[in-house]
Amino acid sequence: MANALINAPKTAKRGEAIEIKALILHPMETGFRPGTNGRMIPRNIIEFFSARWNGEEIFKMTFSPAIAANPFVSFFTIARESGKIDFLWTGDENFRVEESVSIVVT
Amino acid sequence: MPVRHPERSAAKSRDLFVGQMKTGPSAALGVTALNRRFLLVGAAVVTLLPFEAAHATPEALAQVIKEVVGNGRLREGKVKIDVPPLIENGNTVPLTVTVDSPMSDADYVKAIHLFNEKNPQPHVFSATLTPRNGKARIGARIKLADTQKIVAVAEMSDGSFWTASADVIVTIAACIEDVN
Repeated sequence: MANALINAPKTAKRGEAIEIKALILHPMETGFRPGTNGRMIPRNIIEFFSARWNGEEIFKMTFSPAIAANPFVSFFTIARESGKIDFLWTGDENFRVEESVSIVVT
Repeated sequence: MPVRHPERSAAKSRDLFVGQMKTGPSAALGVTALNRRFLLVGAAVVTLLPFEAAHATPEALAQVIKEVVGNGRLREGKVKIDVPPLIENGNTVPLTVTVDSPMSDADYVKAIHLFNEKNPQPHVFSATLTPRNGKARIGARIKLADTQKIVAVAEMSDGSFWTASADVIVTIAACIEDVN
């Protein structure tokens, strides 16, 4: 299955804006490319990415085929309380991957 | 044998050119002056493009921006696209979009959209933000099928829209088959 890699600080100060980077293995096949047999390779992309901090949605993003293979996203969020950040990617062909990291806020 | 032909013809034309330079400088000057004129016109067009962004965009791009903005006014500013001006591989183009905003409850960026001019589809991504983000900066890696302009549009909490564009030269295009 797909592998996701999250880069987020393990600890943060309360009220600090921290940067979170998320990378996932995915071909992001555009649907605009012919394969070796001359037929178009069907589209297979991740369409949606979201992040939740202890259940509260902190970021979401929709992707088009113009997102590079192995989609990488970075964004900021304010650290409010210790807990878990959950990431979710969904897309074509019932693609669904969840990943989470924990963070300590002092 | 066929492989040598281009070399030979190249050498011939080079000799010809040198010959021209030696025997008839005025003829050679005519050619270069013409080239220079083309260059100047080309340079003028290229430098003018960013300022005429609202008019020079292809229809698909203009239409997709229209879908986001609606009847609102799109103003230049506040948004910044950080992208290398020269990209070797269009399959992975790293970029960040930053919007100048305090990200407070009263004044924050609601959404950041990214569009392109010449990929098969104009939309690249749309991100939804809240004051919780603290900083309105998003990084991503995108595909570019050709040397082209990319446009970012930011939607603010007060309903205003701000935009910025960046010109990117791509040497190896993503999915070359797409370019028509």
